[in-house]
Amino acid sequence: MTSYNLPPKKDVSLWKRAKFILITLIVIAIYVWTFLGIDINWGRAVERVVQNFGIVIPKLFSPDWSVTGEVAMKILETIFIAFAGTLMASILAIPLGFLAAKNMTNRGIAQVMKWILSANRSFPELILAILFVVAVGPNAFAGVLAIAIHSTGMLGKLYSEVVESIDMQVVEAMEANGANKIQVLFYGVIPQVIPEFLSYAIYRFEIDIRASSVLGIVGAGGIGTMIIFASINRNWNEMGLILLAIIIVVTIIDNVSSRIRRKIV
Amino acid sequence: MTKQPDMTRAENITSLYPRKTKIQVTIILCAVLGFYLFSMFWTQNQMVGGFGNALGNMKVVIEKFFPPNMKVLPNIWGPMSQTIHMAIVATTIATILTIPLALLSSQNITSSKWVYHITRTFLNILRTIPDLVLAVLFVGLFGVGIFSGILALIIFSLGILAKLISETIEAVDMDPLEAMRASGGNTLQVIFFGLVPQILPQFTSFVLYVFEINIRASVVLGLVGAGGIGLILDRELQFYNYPNAMAIIIMIFLVVIVVEFISNKIREALI
Repeated sequence: MTSYNLPPKKDVSLWKRAKFILITLIVIAIYVWTFLGIDINWGRAVERVVQNFGIVIPKLFSPDWSVTGEVAMKILETIFIAFAGTLMASILAIPLGFLAAKNMTNRGIAQVMKWILSANRSFPELILAILFVVAVGPNAFAGVLAIAIHSTGMLGKLYSEVVESIDMQVVEAMEANGANKIQVLFYGVIPQVIPEFLSYAIYRFEIDIRASSVLGIVGAGGIGTMIIFASINRNWNEMGLILLAIIIVVTIIDNVSSRIRRKIV
Repeated sequence: MTKQPDMTRAENITSLYPRKTKIQVTIILCAVLGFYLFSMFWTQNQMVGGFGNALGNMKVVIEKFFPPNMKVLPNIWGPMSQTIHMAIVATTIATILTIPLALLSSQNITSSKWVYHITRTFLNILRTIPDLVLAVLFVGLFGVGIFSGILALIIFSLGILAKLISETIEAVDMDPLEAMRASGGNTLQVIFFGLVPQILPQFTSFVLYVFEINIRASVVLGLVGAGGIGLILDRELQFYNYPNAMAIIIMIFLVVIVVEFISNKIREALI
């Protein structure tokens, strides 16, 4: 039997090893904090599940077809909310996206715009919806506004990345030929970014459909209104139909939109 | 030049695009616009007093919410950390559960087509259900509290995480794996020494990304009774205690921003 050597071990510097140990310690500390702080009433959860499981689950799978019309109307409203909100956002995000792109404005403005957009993104839609429900009343338009504001932050960021990745040689060539700013924008920049802008807007519509289906929980219209009433009344048959409707609609819209996006880009 | 352009038609000279494309684009644009106007009409239909009234109302509301009552901050620190705990526990459990699911739903690892299609379909259906709907269901099943919230977050993040990771697995370089299999490594060895080193950076990055999503989701779960800061926010709103609610909203905003900032920095360093 021939003897063989394992390949030599890589040199790991002291700093790297210290960093690794530090990160491990921090992660362990976070977990200790978490599991000491968490407080689950296991007894009650088990008791509840034994009590409810046989009642809730079979009812979920036998949907109450008598409310089909109502659910369909509310799902339609959900789609309207998502559509109006996304379209508003995809238009509002265009100037913001250009302002946040490093190659279009100076670096200072771009950085500030990026911060504003990321602050905007950090507001969960439902929190925005709460504010708008108080402002314009409990109706679908509050949902539209919440979706529009939240999506603007997200789309603005994605748009700015698209603008930053364009081919600047085209722009330079046009400038060298004496085109003014407007001409450069319309013939040099916009044709390059349109397909990706569209693709992101359609992708955002997919996400907003999901988001708008829960806005009704705080009173901002759509199918969420029915969800919250069904859960308060413990009407699990109705909940089954609502769930089915959401799954079907989201699946259809996902498929259609991914097909359109593949065609565009 | 083989074919002279038809100079009698004006658009051949003035426009870059063929007539057919223009008509198509116009029709699509009109359809989108029409649907938009209809949606706007529909959603504003139930509004009392119309859009103008709402704008006027906005000013009144802003006055109601401000100034935020910062005195409640010591009291909301408990629920806030509970929210973070929920996100951490849910992300951890989802990460563990996602490994087998991601392996089963990536085409280059799973040998059986059936298993692949079944897990894929299962994950697709899982992803269509919004997190709050899951929370409503689990609150119905397990009662009010953080347990329901954690379960909802686990199921919700499982769908996203398994999809992202299975896509990463499908994009790996298969050569080292084949070499290992050829030199006699069993399936577990191939996965552990061939696959894991290739996907580990992306894996960690996706886990952090899902953690961000979970933090953002967990702050609102309480609105349906699934524990955390949302529960307190809901209570303040029901009492029309807007300055307190605003303080909580600002707190949520700060926590989300800080977590996102840290996790973004780590992710940038990883990839």
